[in-house]
Amino acid sequence: MKRRLLVLFVALLAFGAVKVPYEEHLERVHRAAFFHGAKLDLGLREQIGQLGFLAALSGFRSLVADALYIHAHAAWERTEWGRMKLDFDAVTALQPRCVLFWDQAAWHMAFNASIAARDNPKQPREALRIRDQRQYWKLGEDYLLRGIANNPERPLLYDRLGFLYREKFKDHCKSAAIYAECAKLPGAPQYAHRFAAYELAQCPGHEREAYELLLALFHKGEDERLPTLLRILGELQEKLNVPPERKVDTRAPSHP
Amino acid sequence: MNAPAATQHRAFSPSRIAAIASNTLLELIRLKVFYFLLIFALLIIGCSFFLVNLSFQEQFQVLKDVSLGAMSIFTWLLAVLATAMLLPKDIEDRTLYTILAKPVPRLEYLLGKLLGVLALLFVAISLMSVMFVLVLYIREQAAIHVATRSMAPAELAGEIASIRASTFTVSLIPCIVIIYLKAALCGALTLLLSTFASSSIFTIIVSVVVYLIGHVQPIAREYWLATNDAGAGTKIFLALISLIFPDLTAFNLVDDVVAGNAIALGLFLKTAALGVTYIVVYYLAAYFAFSAKEL
Repeated sequence: MKRRLLVLFVALLAFGAVKVPYEEHLERVHRAAFFHGAKLDLGLREQIGQLGFLAALSGFRSLVADALYIHAHAAWERTEWGRMKLDFDAVTALQPRCVLFWDQAAWHMAFNASIAARDNPKQPREALRIRDQRQYWKLGEDYLLRGIANNPERPLLYDRLGFLYREKFKDHCKSAAIYAECAKLPGAPQYAHRFAAYELAQCPGHEREAYELLLALFHKGEDERLPTLLRILGELQEKLNVPPERKVDTRAPSHP
Repeated sequence: MNAPAATQHRAFSPSRIAAIASNTLLELIRLKVFYFLLIFALLIIGCSFFLVNLSFQEQFQVLKDVSLGAMSIFTWLLAVLATAMLLPKDIEDRTLYTILAKPVPRLEYLLGKLLGVLALLFVAISLMSVMFVLVLYIREQAAIHVATRSMAPAELAGEIASIRASTFTVSLIPCIVIIYLKAALCGALTLLLSTFASSSIFTIIVSVVVYLIGHVQPIAREYWLATNDAGAGTKIFLALISLIFPDLTAFNLVDDVVAGNAIALGLFLKTAALGVTYIVVYYLAAYFAFSAKEL
């Protein structure tokens, strides 16, 4: 029997020599299709504890991520922003392909924690409150940028980042660029290409480019001639001194 | 008068294998292993009520993760526990001697046992899938009902489409098949271990250890293939882990599928082919060890 076990061991080694290249190939195929993107390193182990790390290593990382996500949700209800950020860091590290987690992490940081920091009654100095607020915006931006790096083919996070640049940073140039990227992706919201043009119209030095874009949309047909588009196009025609014969009628169509 | 022709004994008989497999399945069912389904049902129903404070996308995300994670745990446990006790129980009950005293080759006996376990896993995962889809459907209808009451008709169609896209999608089916294959692989591996193990406890413990090592095998493999500055001892150790143990992370696709990844057919077939190869190889290895075992 011992001799047989030895033969079996050698046979398994031989099978291993065949299977290892195939496993390597399969792993490359999986990674190319965005599978197994989570990086389970020592930093994460410190955040989620030994048991959580063991569970994540054993193929249950989505369960650990969900548990931490619920924990983050509870931290949000208690307005424990630091705790929430730590939880979201772990959640997004465990499930980098889940756009919901990146989106929620960014939203809580940039829109909830930032407002709490701005209205913080414990901080009497306004300059410091504004600084804290901006730091939370940056955290939100960071989540979205990392989310996009992990999910480059999904439009949701581009849309959210464009919104963040527009609403919080008031950086219309960046917002326009991100909305334009978003519009190129399959499944992008229908408004993404319009928003890219609207934002570009507010980006200093890019008015002519924005005008051309908006004009092209205007000529696409009635469906694109929304009130905001007509208003911005009209403003740009005036600002760029478009000759009267080349001006288009930007008055909103009157409906009976 | 001619004497009735004696039934010719065939070297390999699918009907004998089917008889052993169905008997194994019946034995396992009589052990009331399906009680775990009650726990599974309580888990997913409880989970679906526990999450009502979250948005519907969050609810469905967590519900799918918990359900598929539970499916993965339960099928693996079932595969290991059911397989580990097969041979010791047959030896203890003396049924093994009765069967092998007849002209039943050990190859068929072992194959019948393995197929019995695979059938049990199939029944278990099918029942869990039905429960999962049912709970998901009920939650989906509840979410649609809330949306219908609270939203304007213009926005409703988009919202309903969004709710439906967050619940059961076709991409979950290959995921469930991969979960099954992973459990079947663990079952075949446990069968191999049980052919030379001295007790069920030993087999179960070693199977659990192999399961854990199987999930870190890719790290060992990567280090073995990519690192040149490691010592000879480390290299040999890593090579042994990479060569002997299966890469179980290759079957962990469910996390990313629930997150929105789609499994392409080619990727699914390649992964399934690896799973089936492991099962066949471990079965043949188990036969090789079992064929010379003194009973």
